Amino acid sequence: MASYTVAYEKSKSFFEAYERKAELQHQTHYCPGCGHGIVHKLIANAIDELGIQDRTILITPVGCSVFAYYYFDTGNIQSAHGRAAAVATAVKRARPDSIVLSYQGDGDLAAIGSAEILHAANRGEGITVIFINNAIYGMTGGQVAPTTLLGQKTTTTPFGRSEWNEGYPLKVAELLASLEAPVYIERVGLGNNKQIMQAGRAVRRAIENQVRGLGFSLVEVLSPCPTIWKLDPVDAQRRVREEMPKTFPLGVFRDRTKEAAARPRPPAPPPIAEIPRILSVANGLPRTKAESQRSTIQVDLRVKIAGFGGQGVLMLGEVLAEAGLDAGLEVSWLPSYGPEMRSGTSNCHVRLASRPIDSPLVSRPNALLALNEPSLDKFLTSVEAGGWVLYNGAALPDGCARADVHTISENFTQLADELGDSRAGNMVMLGALLEATGMLSGDSIRTALERLVKSQRWLEIDRQALGRGREVARRGGFHAS
Amino acid sequence: MSHDRSKPDRGRVELNSEECKGCGLCVEACPPKVLRLAGHLNRYGYHPVTCFTHGCTGCGICFFVCPEPGAIIVLRATALEAETLYA
Ligand code: SF4
Ligand code: SF4
Ligand code: SF4
Repeated sequence: MASYTVAYEKSKSFFEAYERKAELQHQTHYCPGCGHGIVHKLIANAIDELGIQDRTILITPVGCSVFAYYYFDTGNIQSAHGRAAAVATAVKRARPDSIVLSYQGDGDLAAIGSAEILHAANRGEGITVIFINNAIYGMTGGQVAPTTLLGQKTTTTPFGRSEWNEGYPLKVAELLASLEAPVYIERVGLGNNKQIMQAGRAVRRAIENQVRGLGFSLVEVLSPCPTIWKLDPVDAQRRVREEMPKTFPLGVFRDRTKEAAARPRPPAPPPIAEIPRILSVANGLPRTKAESQRSTIQVDLRVKIAGFGGQGVLMLGEVLAEAGLDAGLEVSWLPSYGPEMRSGTSNCHVRLASRPIDSPLVSRPNALLALNEPSLDKFLTSVEAGGWVLYNGAALPDGCARADVHTISENFTQLADELGDSRAGNMVMLGALLEATGMLSGDSIRTALERLVKSQRWLEIDRQALGRGREVARRGGFHAS
Repeated sequence: MSHDRSKPDRGRVELNSEECKGCGLCVEACPPKVLRLAGHLNRYGYHPVTCFTHGCTGCGICFFVCPEPGAIIVLRATALEAETLYA
């Protein structure tokens, strides 16, 4: 009786059981004959052979292989569509001793992620990219991909891909090999056993390069997708072997593994204690008043500030929020503006509260600061009954009055003009709000201004502006406390 | 492929029919053609692969073409015995 020993078995870099479902804990989710499973095995074998399971981090894409993290017993991060190479960059830089593998399909890498892969390769990041090219979008049901072959029928090229309509198949390996930085780029196939063994060697080399500390390595793998190609697995394998290489020739496109110097390690991050100095808050982070000094009044201020860009909408909100911080309140500040930085509409949402803030969005303000008429029109109806409306105009326009809110109408910009700069209109308005509502101490506002306004001249103008605003409120009979 | 049935096979495969998806890639790739898909279905509705005859060489080709990590284990006759067997 002959005795036998195991020559090949499931890699120990795979989990014993896959927790993706209660059932099917021992099968992958891939279709029968899919190339992903084969490449997974090649990667897992390489990890075993190189003894790097405990320091490998696999970055998975969006697409059929989105679930690769169910199988690999390594570190796993699943990234947003197309961003795997960017995520891999970050992980490798933050953890230079980790072996970071970016696993991406052609929809992910060559379409939505084309910018990320191009620049990661161009920077020569010390990562390994395994790129599965099956010339189609699999998970989403068979749409044309950048890598689809000319003439190939897909759901979105029902008459076949045409160079006039969809352009030529994108040759990722050749494209990236035109860059200076990459160390190793090879295209392999899964067309038969011989090709698969070559693919295994290429995958191993690409990972080994990283273990050696070299730069960017990529292996493009021509891979069958029997389901979407509507071929049985054996015929799909034949297509990989006989048809795909006519467009995507196999071979090594870049090999500088012998002469390439190890990539310099990124400098060590500064010690935590150094960070305040680097951020120029060396004298400590902004102080907040101790819990005991907090007002016992429950504050829940929801402010919407709206106007045109350049009117100081965002700055007004910032001063308010900063003062809230100083007063020991919970604070949020959410700017929202169009693409125009000048003369476009701009608004900002500020919340000050004694209790934790759920959402920084203010959709039902209890104070509206409208710096112009369109902003008033737009947001007046959203103000809560009993709330405050401050309008930058001598009187509310016709048909705009609301009996159930407090209103202060004043040409705040003109008051600022009198102080010498119309841009201080925002602070006049803020002064009126503070006086009318009695929220926040003068101290907190002064502290906030000092933190935010660096120019002495402006500090002076803003102080005067706040004072003018307070006068306006008092004159109107609004004076809290 | 001629095969001397009086001698034990140089290799052996352990096939896990509950992990096999019946894609047939191993059947196609096996050089001595000792594999085929079974007539019956496994729990998931696939015809699982079986080894139906002698002659496995333990080459491992079926393992590498198979997309499922755990469907196939390939074993080889231990070196010592293989030597005596084939001396
Ligand atoms: S759709 Fe294609 S790529 Fe996706 S799992 Fe199925 S065979 Fe594989
Ligand atoms: S090990 Fe080789 S001979 Fe044996 S079943 Fe697999 S492919 Fe066939
Ligand atoms: S290659 Fe794997 S999944 Fe396909 S029939 Fe053979 S054992 Fe089953």
